[in-house]
Amino acid sequence: MNNDNKNQYAPNSSASGGAKGKQEYTITVYTENQIGLLNRIAIMFTRRKMNIDSFNTSPTEVDSVHRFNIVVNETEEVVRKLCRQIEKQVEVLKVYFNTNDEIVWQEMALYKVPADVIATKVKVERLLREKGARVVAIRTDYIVFETSGHREEINALTKALEPYGLIEFVRTARIAIINNSKGFHEKLKEFEALQPGEGIISNEFLNQQDKVFSM
Amino acid sequence: METLEIVKEKTTAVKEENISGSEAVMRALIAEEVDTIFGYPGGAIMPIYDALYDYDNKLKHILVRHEQGSIHAAQGYARTSGKTGVVFATSGPGATNLVTGLADAMIDSTPIVCITGQVFAHLLGTDAFQETDVINITTPVTKWNYQVTDANEILSALAKAFYIAKSGRPGPVLIDITKNAQVQKFDYKGYEKCNHIRSYRPKPFIRKKYIEQAAALINEAKKPFVIFGQGVILGDAEKEFRQFIEKAGIPSAWTVLGLSALPTDHPLNVGMLGMHGNYGPNVLTNECDVLIAIGMRFDDRVTGRLDKYAKQAKIIHLDIDPAEIDKNVQTTIPVWGDCKETLPLLTTLVNKKEHKEWLKKFNDFSKEENEIVIKKEMHPTTNEMSMAEVIDALNELTNGDAVIVSDVGQHQMVACRYTKFNQSRSNVTSGGLGTMGFGLPAAIGAKYGAPQREVVAIIGDGGFQMTIQELGTIMQFGAAVKILVLNNNFLGMVRQWQQLFNDRRYSFVDIQSPDFVAVAKAYNITGQSVNDRKNLKAALKEMLDHKGAYLLEVMVGKENNVFPMVPQGCSVAEIRLK
Ligand SMILES: Cc1ncc(C[n+]2csc(CCOP(=O)(O)OP(=O)(O)O)c2C)c(N)n1
Repeated sequence: MNNDNKNQYAPNSSASGGAKGKQEYTITVYTENQIGLLNRIAIMFTRRKMNIDSFNTSPTEVDSVHRFNIVVNETEEVVRKLCRQIEKQVEVLKVYFNTNDEIVWQEMALYKVPADVIATKVKVERLLREKGARVVAIRTDYIVFETSGHREEINALTKALEPYGLIEFVRTARIAIINNSKGFHEKLKEFEALQPGEGIISNEFLNQQDKVFSM
Repeated sequence: METLEIVKEKTTAVKEENISGSEAVMRALIAEEVDTIFGYPGGAIMPIYDALYDYDNKLKHILVRHEQGSIHAAQGYARTSGKTGVVFATSGPGATNLVTGLADAMIDSTPIVCITGQVFAHLLGTDAFQETDVINITTPVTKWNYQVTDANEILSALAKAFYIAKSGRPGPVLIDITKNAQVQKFDYKGYEKCNHIRSYRPKPFIRKKYIEQAAALINEAKKPFVIFGQGVILGDAEKEFRQFIEKAGIPSAWTVLGLSALPTDHPLNVGMLGMHGNYGPNVLTNECDVLIAIGMRFDDRVTGRLDKYAKQAKIIHLDIDPAEIDKNVQTTIPVWGDCKETLPLLTTLVNKKEHKEWLKKFNDFSKEENEIVIKKEMHPTTNEMSMAEVIDALNELTNGDAVIVSDVGQHQMVACRYTKFNQSRSNVTSGGLGTMGFGLPAAIGAKYGAPQREVVAIIGDGGFQMTIQELGTIMQFGAAVKILVLNNNFLGMVRQWQQLFNDRRYSFVDIQSPDFVAVAKAYNITGQSVNDRKNLKAALKEMLDHKGAYLLEVMVGKENNVFPMVPQGCSVAEIRLK
C-alpha cells in the first residue's frame, strides 16, 4: 500500500490528474449470476468518469458464479478504492485487482482478408503463419483468420495486414487468470457458511495481494 | 437466467394455500412486522392496493400527496423508530418521483423498502403506458433492487429486501413487481425471513489486533478527540459510546447526522463539526494527537480541505462499511465492525482518564464563540428576530425532549447548532443530500415512528413550498406535527453565499411566499404568524400546547448569516467567526 500518497480520492483524477503512477490493472469480479449486476458494476466506473479499456463477462468453474474481467489504466489507490466499492455491492462475492505481471491474459481477434490477396501474396500468408493465425472460414472472396495474444501482438498484426486490404477486424475483451489463484470452488464454501472464515470477510486484503486466496 | 435463490421453505409451514402475489406482499409485510406504509396508488400497483383493502386493520396506509412525500415520510419514520420504512408507488411517474428520496436514503444510510408496481412482464421494453426502466434508473441510488416477474419470487425477494435494507450499513431497497406477478396465484407455504446471503457480508470481521492497537494509541494520547456520526445511532450503540468516551475522558463532537446520540449537556459533548459547526471542534481537529472517528464518513462538509485535515493526528476509524476506511482520510488504525461490538472491546482496553487541560481548550474556544457569535444571535439588538432566538425559546419549552425535523438551509444549520437534545433519534434532517422539501413529509413520518413524542418541523420559506402539499396528508390522517416556518423571505443559504462570495449579487434568491397561515387554514390546520419578539414565546407555547397539527410562521431577519463558517476549499482551522 502506498502510504505517502495521502491525497483526497479525486474521482476525476483519470481525466485530469496526470498519468503519474498509472498503470494497467485487471480487475476480477466474482458475482452471482443476476440481471442488472452488469449495469451496477459498469456505473461504478462511469460515475467516476473512468475509462474502461476492456470489459468481459464469463462463467466460471463454479456453476452459479459469474466473473467479470475489467481492465483500467489507473493508479493503485484509485483502483483499490473502486474495488472496495464494487465488493460492497450485495451480489458481488469477491474482487481482486492485479498488475499485468500477476496474471496470464489473452485477447482474441478475427480478421477478414480478401481471398485473392492470400492466394497471390506469399508475404501475407507467411505473416499469418508467423503470428500463429488460424483459418476459421474460407470463402471464394475472403478468408477469416483468428489469432489470440496480448494487445500489442494483435495490434502489430492488424497494422501489418492493413496494406493488404484488410476488410474487417474485431477484437475481444481481455480475459485473465490470476497466477496464484486456486479457483473459486473452495472459496464459495466459505461464502456459503453462516460464519465464514476471516479470509473472505470484507475486503480488507485488497491491499495485500499476497494474502489473496491464502485460506 | 433471472432467478433468486428461493429462500428454503421450512416444513413447519402452514398448510399450502393458493394465493395471489399481492396477497403474498401483505403477508410478507406482516411477517416483517411492518405497521405503517406510506404510498400512492396507480394502475400498475392496483392489485396490491386491492389486497391492502382487506388488511386495513393490520397495516396503516398513509396516502401522501406526492410520491416524494411518501419516501421522505418513510425516512422520517425509520429515523425515529429505528425500523424499516415502507413505501408503495405505481410504475412510471410514481416510481420516478421516488428517486430523490432514494438518493437521500442512500447517502444517509436509511433503511427503506420501496415496492413499485410495473407493467405486465410481456410489455417490458415496449414503451407501454407508464413503463419506465425503474431498475436501471434506481440502481445508483439503491443498496439493492430487483424486478419480480413471477409471483413465486415475491416472498424471497421481499425477505431479501428487508434483510438488506436493515443489516450492515442500512440503505434503501426497491422491489419492482410486474402486474402479472401481482395477480398470479401460487402455492404459499409460509414466509421465512432472510438472514444470510452468500455474496453479502453486512458485518466485517472484528480483528482484535486492531482493537488492541487502537487502545494503545488512545492510552498514549495527550489530546485525543472523538468525532462521531450516525453510525452510533444506527448501531443502537449510544450507551456503548457513552461508556467509551466517559472512561477514556475524551471530548466528543458530532456530525449533523450524529446529533442527539449524545445529550447536548453531556460534559464531554463539545459540539458540532463541519462547515457551520462549532469553533473549538473545527480548530482543534487540527491540533489533536489522536482522532477517533466513530460511525462517520468524513464528508467534505465535515473535513473542509482534505490535504489540510488533521495531518498531525493519528487516525482511528471505526466503521461497519469497509469501503469507508481510507476513502477520504487515510487511517492509522482501521477498526472494522459494528460499533456496538467494537466499542465495548475498546472500552475494556482503555485506561480511565480525564483530559482536563485538553477539555478546557474546547471550553475556551466555546467561550470565544459565545462572545463573538452566539450571544448576538440569541439576543439580537435589532427588532428583527433571529433564527437562533426562536430555537432558544423553543428549547425552553420542550426542554430538549422533542424530535426536531429540519429542512435544508440556514434554518437547518441553526436548528442543529442550537437545539438541545436529551435523547437519541431526535434529530431528523437530510444531511448527505441536503434535500429541500424533506422536512414536512419527514416530520409526518417521524410522528408515526414516534407517536408519543412531540415532533417539531423547522422549515424555511423556500423548502416549505417544495412539499407544501403534504399539508393535505396531515389534514386527512391527523399527524400532530408542529410546523415552524422560519421565514426570511429569501432562499437564505444561497443568499448568504452570494453575499459572501459573489459580491451580493442576489441572483434569484428573492422568493415570494403565499400567506402560509391561510394555506394551512385551507387544509384545516390551525396557525398564526408572528413578527414581533414579544409574541414569540406565547406563540411557541400555543403551538406546542395545541392538540393537533399547528403551523407557526416566524418572520426572521432577512439578511442574517450563519456563522461560524468554514468557507469551501478552506481548512477546518480557517473557520471564520464573522
Ligand atoms: C431540492 C433542492 N434544491 C436546491 C437546493 C439548494 N439550496 C440549499 S439551501 C437553499 C435555500 C433554502 O432556502 P429556505 O428554504 O428559505 O431556507 P433558509 O436557508 O432561508 O433557512 C437552496 C436553494 C437544495 N438544497 N435542495
